Amino acid sequence: MKRYSAFSIVKNALTGNKDWSPAWRKPEPKARYDVIIIGGGGHGLSTAYYLASMHGIKNVAVVEKGYLGSGNIGRNTTIVRSNYRLPANSAFYEKSMELWRELSHELNFNVMFSPRGVLNLAHTPGQMDTYAERGNQMRLMGVRSELLDRDQVGRLNPGLDVSGSSRFPIEGGLLQPDAGNARHDAVAWGYARAADALGVDILENTEVSGFLKEGDRIVGVETNRGEIRADKVGVAVAGNTSRVMKMAGVDALPIESTVLQAFVSESIKPIIPNVVTFGAGHLYVSQSDKGGLVFGGNIDYYNSYAQRGNLPVWEEVTSELVSMFPNFARLRLLRSWGGIMDMSMDGSPIITTGPLPGMYLNAGWCYGGFKATPASGWCFAHTIANDKAHDINSAFTLERFKDGRPIDELGAGPTPWYH
Amino acid sequence: MRIRCPWCGERDHREFTYIGAASAIRPPIASTDMEAHKSYVYDRANTPGDHDEIWLHTGGCRRHVRVRRNTTTHAVSASEPVGPWRDTLDALNTVDPVGGDKT
Repeated sequence: MKRYSAFSIVKNALTGNKDWSPAWRKPEPKARYDVIIIGGGGHGLSTAYYLASMHGIKNVAVVEKGYLGSGNIGRNTTIVRSNYRLPANSAFYEKSMELWRELSHELNFNVMFSPRGVLNLAHTPGQMDTYAERGNQMRLMGVRSELLDRDQVGRLNPGLDVSGSSRFPIEGGLLQPDAGNARHDAVAWGYARAADALGVDILENTEVSGFLKEGDRIVGVETNRGEIRADKVGVAVAGNTSRVMKMAGVDALPIESTVLQAFVSESIKPIIPNVVTFGAGHLYVSQSDKGGLVFGGNIDYYNSYAQRGNLPVWEEVTSELVSMFPNFARLRLLRSWGGIMDMSMDGSPIITTGPLPGMYLNAGWCYGGFKATPASGWCFAHTIANDKAHDINSAFTLERFKDGRPIDELGAGPTPWYH
Repeated sequence: MRIRCPWCGERDHREFTYIGAASAIRPPIASTDMEAHKSYVYDRANTPGDHDEIWLHTGGCRRHVRVRRNTTTHAVSASEPVGPWRDTLDALNTVDPVGGDKT
């Protein structure tokens, strides 16, 4: 791998930019690997990278049915945060924040991590109390938080209607100053390039159609490019988890797939310096470096594999945006799209060995997959390499549902589309 | 997305509240089989394609409807009444439902 640097940019500029090489190879599949990761999204690629970089397991293939980054890693609203209440989630997402901070240096690829702050707005005194509690819990777990009153919110976000006369008047908000954004595509490309440089084969347009079994044990996968064998097979396929696991004979999981839509407006001059979320509904908005407002809200509340949603969510999301920022009412929408969320029954992920011998499962990311990308791969790689969960992901088991230990951050119960 | 209510006819899905997969059926209350109760609460097949599910016609007749909907196209191919009103449908259909079709 040729390292990227300021020097390499200058040198290539002077030589007509003819010396850049592809960021990763397009290898032919080998007959056998030590580990196969199904799913060339953020989590699969980061898993492969950490297997190679931290555990010395370099004979690894990442099998991706489409092109690299074609799934949720390229479809999210790029928010990175760790403002959780339950210890299992807090420790995990803080691990992710720790990795995010050094990720560009580690991968030698600018993932444009921008800790610009995530501000959750409160609209009632009761909600302020709840946010004070949440902020205190974050602090107890070592995560910085600041409770802001209405004036402080108004100074932070000049475009916000803090007049007190809006339909849902803003009381204040809870700020996680260390949270922010990262460039989602760059995360996929950066992990792919760094993993490839360590010897990982990234097999694009290679769709898994079945699993190779010896008895109960998974010993490889069948693909449209032939059989590939491996000692260990990790599954990190987000919204397609149930579909892929069914090929292995796992007919039921505590997961339902739904569609989450996201939106980008036309470009405007800088107006939102951070990430703002609406507290009287569900909306999160930030501004990309190109100037477009990137925003999203709730999932469409029904099972879906369609990668496109319906109009009621557009109406809900855009009306929430305009109630917060009345001056956005005449903005035009540039694009919208949908991604398939693997909504778990308690809203928390699964990173575990099993459920079959030789298999490892990484799933149940709900809305939260993007910010988890580094820690998810870090923990999944540890789990695959050691056949045992790391302390950080030891609570994210499949057994927790049977044992009565769900990690239900919202207290919404086993209703996946409410998480 | 439009859903046909057996009583009210085809309506915008915004009139309905999604209740969940129709395959989730509670084991007999006397059952002490923990695995069966856990499966009822948590385990779902979640396969793409035709999906049987229960919707509540919240903004209409407030009855539950079993719907077969394709999760890759959102097309609804069948809907039928469920619950204690199931057997009253024929009697109701002799009365003109307001704003709906009778079929």
